[in-house]
Amino acid sequence: MAVVFQAIGADTALSSTNLFVSKRTHFSYRQSLPERKTSVCAVRSNGISFSGLNSRGRKAEPLITNAVATKAESPTASAASKPGHELLLYEALREGLDEEMERDPTVWVLGEDVGHYGGSYKVTKGLAEKYGDLRVLDTPICENSFTGMAIGAAMNGLRPIIEGMNMGFLLLAFNQISNNCGMLHYTSGGQFTIPVVIRGPGGVGRHLGPEHSQRLESYFQSIPGIQMVACSTPYNAKGLMKAAIRSKNPVIFFEHVLLYNIKERIPDEEYVLNLEEAEMVRPGEQVTILTYSRMRYHVMQAAQTLVNKGYDPEVIDIRSLKPFDLYTIGNSVKKTHKVLIVEECMQTGGIGASLMAAIDENFHDYLDARIVCLSSQNVPTPYPGKLEEQTLVQPPKIVTAVEQLCASTGSCQ
Amino acid sequence: MALTHRSPNLLKPLATAASLSVITQPLRRPFSTDDTTPITVETSVPFTGHKCDPPSRTVETTPKELMTFFRDMATMRRMEIAADSLYKAKLIRGFCHLYDGQEAVAVGMEAAITKKDCIITAYRDHCLYLGRGGTLVEAFSELMGRQAGCSKGKGGSMHFYKKDSGFYGGHGIVGAQVPLGCGLAFAQKYSKEEHVTFALYGDGAANQGQLFEALNMAALWDLPAILVCENNHYGMGTAEWRAAKSPAYYKRGDYVPGLKVDGMDALAVKQACKFAKEHALKNGPIILEMDTYRYHGHSMSDPGSTYRTRDEITGVRQERDPIERIRKLVLSHELATEKELKDMEKEIRKEVDEAIAKAKESPMPDPSELFTNVYVKGFGVEAFGADRKEVRAALP
Repeated sequence: MAVVFQAIGADTALSSTNLFVSKRTHFSYRQSLPERKTSVCAVRSNGISFSGLNSRGRKAEPLITNAVATKAESPTASAASKPGHELLLYEALREGLDEEMERDPTVWVLGEDVGHYGGSYKVTKGLAEKYGDLRVLDTPICENSFTGMAIGAAMNGLRPIIEGMNMGFLLLAFNQISNNCGMLHYTSGGQFTIPVVIRGPGGVGRHLGPEHSQRLESYFQSIPGIQMVACSTPYNAKGLMKAAIRSKNPVIFFEHVLLYNIKERIPDEEYVLNLEEAEMVRPGEQVTILTYSRMRYHVMQAAQTLVNKGYDPEVIDIRSLKPFDLYTIGNSVKKTHKVLIVEECMQTGGIGASLMAAIDENFHDYLDARIVCLSSQNVPTPYPGKLEEQTLVQPPKIVTAVEQLCASTGSCQ
Repeated sequence: MALTHRSPNLLKPLATAASLSVITQPLRRPFSTDDTTPITVETSVPFTGHKCDPPSRTVETTPKELMTFFRDMATMRRMEIAADSLYKAKLIRGFCHLYDGQEAVAVGMEAAITKKDCIITAYRDHCLYLGRGGTLVEAFSELMGRQAGCSKGKGGSMHFYKKDSGFYGGHGIVGAQVPLGCGLAFAQKYSKEEHVTFALYGDGAANQGQLFEALNMAALWDLPAILVCENNHYGMGTAEWRAAKSPAYYKRGDYVPGLKVDGMDALAVKQACKFAKEHALKNGPIILEMDTYRYHGHSMSDPGSTYRTRDEITGVRQERDPIERIRKLVLSHELATEKELKDMEKEIRKEVDEAIAKAKESPMPDPSELFTNVYVKGFGVEAFGADRKEVRAALP
């Protein structure tokens, strides 16, 4: 399994990062985040146990529709004695952004309301005060051209991080992302690199309506030359964000609207994860469940039920949507011989469809049954809550699918 | 000895042709072609400004510059004509958009800027590539899809790039290069370089929304971006008055100043670009509208005569041709004789033919090149099989 080593030198001096002081407003330079030790850190992606997560302040809802994980098992252990620090997913993203912006003065963020407003999901809160208006740039509402502008700046030596306030808005920038971002390295014979990160929340939220509940990974997956990753926990959010910023290739970084308040304890040391690697969430022997982003939590809920019923599912968060980590997935398929894919994309042309094709092409001989793919319904996401729930895959459906899959191959219990 | 014997014979025909004033003293000229004595020339028409004071009509140039203009434009013209023949011979495939008639914009712009300034344009990019320092061999190789091409043969006519001299292409979807150009300007401002970016587009692309979005941002943040509309009056087959409610493209920036320039006069273009560069470094974006004309159709699949008359084309060729203008200037200032210019053109023709021959020798890309440069080295360098243990292909 590939491991990323991040050698960090002495304390990185904070370069004078206020490269541009707006004529209209002046920001005092103040460091809003606590000091962090810098040291060498080797990271293995399969070392994180799922039980460390808990939800924060959510009102009690029926188990079926609760998107987040179950509570921590040992509430008596005091938080202060454990190593690392606890934070929410959006704070982890912010930490990743902050550390990379400090490390490299060519990294800058742009998007709608990322600067003074602090970001519509608070991911960039405080960064504008620290780095100035030029490095945390508030753009007008023109996705097509500000994405193009960022790509042009990347061609000329900078490393922009483009925020789409909602991933769905980036449909307006599809031309720029496909032609100029993905293909330019190839078309120019390798002359230009486009080290951009395009990030933003996507996925189905709560009552947001069809146009704000889109899953763009299915539209972008065919674009050659880009990489796509989806984060799901604060730990992998920060690690993948740092890897995406450091990557020389354009990376589309999918966050989820409902996962921003997931809380987790992450290490104090600096760490960078591997962009192309999947995460082993729960090792098992009986069936491989592949998932990503929010559906990971639905799967883990279903996994609890399945374990109680005596099944042993292996849950893998694929994380890397393009390219697929066929090595991890392949090893799992060879072990369990049964695959269930749980995704939030629509049934037609989603990530699940591509993953099914890839697994079948490469591991057909290892499969005991056909691959089952649970996806969202092929409908625009409606506004009312009950209908919205029905468009998505809910934990009971996952449990039923696993039971049926095991029954069909005669390997139950 | 032979010379003195022959010279009376030589002088006889010359004496009779007294009207040819240029040839009275074939060996002595007032200026040598390498001289840098300034010559002052007036542009053909005055500049028209929008929200700015237009620069003066009087342009300073030197004999060396005029000869360079002539040589460069003649090379560009010859290259485009040769590309026409190659296309008809099916050596160039796909889309091929030719620039002949518009050469003055390319050479005039180059004369006003440095290689650190950036130029980005759409698909009519062959001559701009030459102007930026590209060689004929690289250009023809790319057109024919050979390995020696500037984009290793993988881009084709519409995707010429030269990073080391600030030529950013070469883009197929018109209008999309303007936000890219503003991004280049943004990076120049961010890194505090005192350079500018010229983002070129046509009268057809001038109606794209992303242009105005990019202009808004450039004006908001005072980016050193110069938007140059190469107005050849036809967006493929649609005349400008049929596509734009307001064909005064230099005014359409509204709050952004603009300048209308005669795009067939290389010196006017040079003056305007110099003015624009100074303006952009101080005050932010400016729009230049180059009033120019293309002799060929939109591309090689367009005859170019279904939407305009042949008389119009020949009329422009006779009255406004950029190379003829420079030729007249050179002759009137006695920088070279008619014969020398003709010899230069013959030499250029030979150069272009040699470049084509050399380009034809270059091989087609290797099949493994299909997979190179999809991602930057570091990922995808070795294509693994599903096991990540079996190496399927080791790519360069």
